[in-house]
Amino acid sequence: MVLCVNNVQISVERSRIVHGMDCQLAAGELLMLLGPNGAGKSTLLKAISGDLPYIGNVMLSGRELGYWRPERLARQRAVMPQRVDVNFPLTVEEVVQLGRRPGAARRGSDPAVDRLMNELDIAHLKHRLVPGLSGGEQQRLQLARVLAQIIDSPGDRLLLLDECTSALDPAHQQLVLDLVRRLAKEEGVAVLAVVHDLNLAAQFADRLLLMKAGHLVQEGSAWEVLTPDLLETVYGFAARVVELEEGYPMVVPRRSGLSGTYTAPWNPSCRQAS
Amino acid sequence: MIRDAAGRFGFTPSLVVGLLAAVLVALVSVTSGAYPLAFTDILSVITGREASDPVASMVLLEVRMPRFLLGFLVGAVLAVSGALLQGLFRNPLADPGLIGVSAGASLAAIAVIVLGNTWLGGWLAMTGEWALPIAAFLGGSGTVLLAWRIANRSGQTAVATLLLAGIAINAVAGAATGLLTFYANDEELRSLTFWTMGSLGHAGWDDLLVGAPFMLLALLAAPLLARPLDAFLLGESVVGHLGYRTDTVKKAAILVVGLGVGAAVAVSGLIGFVGLVVPHLVRQLLGASHRVVLPLSALVGGTLLVAADSLARVVVAPAELPIGLMMALIGGPFFLALLLRTKVI
Repeated sequence: MVLCVNNVQISVERSRIVHGMDCQLAAGELLMLLGPNGAGKSTLLKAISGDLPYIGNVMLSGRELGYWRPERLARQRAVMPQRVDVNFPLTVEEVVQLGRRPGAARRGSDPAVDRLMNELDIAHLKHRLVPGLSGGEQQRLQLARVLAQIIDSPGDRLLLLDECTSALDPAHQQLVLDLVRRLAKEEGVAVLAVVHDLNLAAQFADRLLLMKAGHLVQEGSAWEVLTPDLLETVYGFAARVVELEEGYPMVVPRRSGLSGTYTAPWNPSCRQAS
Repeated sequence: MIRDAAGRFGFTPSLVVGLLAAVLVALVSVTSGAYPLAFTDILSVITGREASDPVASMVLLEVRMPRFLLGFLVGAVLAVSGALLQGLFRNPLADPGLIGVSAGASLAAIAVIVLGNTWLGGWLAMTGEWALPIAAFLGGSGTVLLAWRIANRSGQTAVATLLLAGIAINAVAGAATGLLTFYANDEELRSLTFWTMGSLGHAGWDDLLVGAPFMLLALLAAPLLARPLDAFLLGESVVGHLGYRTDTVKKAAILVVGLGVGAAVAVSGLIGFVGLVVPHLVRQLLGASHRVVLPLSALVGGTLLVAADSLARVVVAPAELPIGLMMALIGGPFFLALLLRTKVI
């Protein structure tokens, strides 16, 4: 196992956010973490990223996180946070280079960096200053930096992604998750990703974890996790789950009330109005 | 050819231009002042030939040379400290003056001047001729640590809190300085004025001997922090993700700033705005990577301060303006222009 999370509890500002989570992740596996806002997904990811203290065990390649030397750990584990704001005039290429180990390549030509910038469709922005980029371009740039960190490391590799497609248009969402999936399948990178888009999760993940209020509610394939009943109890919205020709499910929220006006059934004020 | 694909000036051409400017300013600096010197005097002194005018040789070697070297070092250290703090706080408005380092260093130095013969007699006996720089160094690093701790209570650096803490520390240090001024006698008052307005007028080889090791150490240590500081520009958590020891980097940067600024204040008093203006200028022209910003800031900061010092000696000759006033006169308007037009930092 690349990652083993055993009975992890996390508190932020003295309130318990995650209560006893367990999960395991093998090399080449793409695991997606789902749940409503405030379920504790990002908090769990931050603990595995080393940003938050936790109680319990988080083991990378069988060794507790705290026992890794930071510079060694950075070669096996790469983290993409939800937001990275750059307000100093660094160029796209300089930011991607920050992901490289010191001395990994001379300035100018680093084939791994060039390849990642091409794959993520930011090669044409190479010399642009980061503060002037759009949100989606910045998100792809950060992913390129994060991947540059582990792309040629030997041994187990763990990639942690916190909503890495939230600012992307549909075409780039497909491009990015396709690349992530290829890295998992072809190079054996273990990926743990927090996502909100249930249909993207159904399309790309090997396995899903559904969280609510700091607890694990369900774990399994898209068919096992994305059921109308679970969506109703966990998210509080009514949905149909339809099977696509491609073989994975698609979640279609139901409209309620009169046709043409969309009322959210989980919002009490909307319910009264209908 | 000179600008790269990102529209910025290249490192090597900028370094060459900067060095040429520094040499030019050095020549102007050592020749200008109350006692006129010609370039030929410098040549004859450098080549070891006995100068036709022994006074010229004395002025050059005992007054102008140490003053130039000290001015250059102080300017370089202040600019590099500004660059370090701006990177660390991810804020282009951070400056040793704004967060209270200079005020703390200056307060400690003033305390030694005024209370040296009474309450702090033990300190003088213990540290001897190093009393001032060590006190200024401790005062400077102490205030950085204080401001840092206040802003860091929740585990994340709150930049607004840091700047507010800096204002409070500056106010308290200012009040304490005022109190010491109140107690000071006439002779001490003259020394005090020197601290608060900043001056290189007293610079001699002994000042250089005392201050230079600290400042050189700070200047040599700063580039070691370039890569982790670049990571800081992406946010504090990213520094850890990239495998740097965040806390060690922070502490090292603070130590370097405390060391450098403490020593700079010890030998030259309070000189503002160099630390704010120079790194900003360098970033605009050459980009934000600290591997470029740190060395070029040192070069530009040193050159700028020496140039301002030469000007300060000329405008009201044979008297001279305090260099701190000169820099504030130049830096104040620049700071305003910065506030008005900053879109991308």
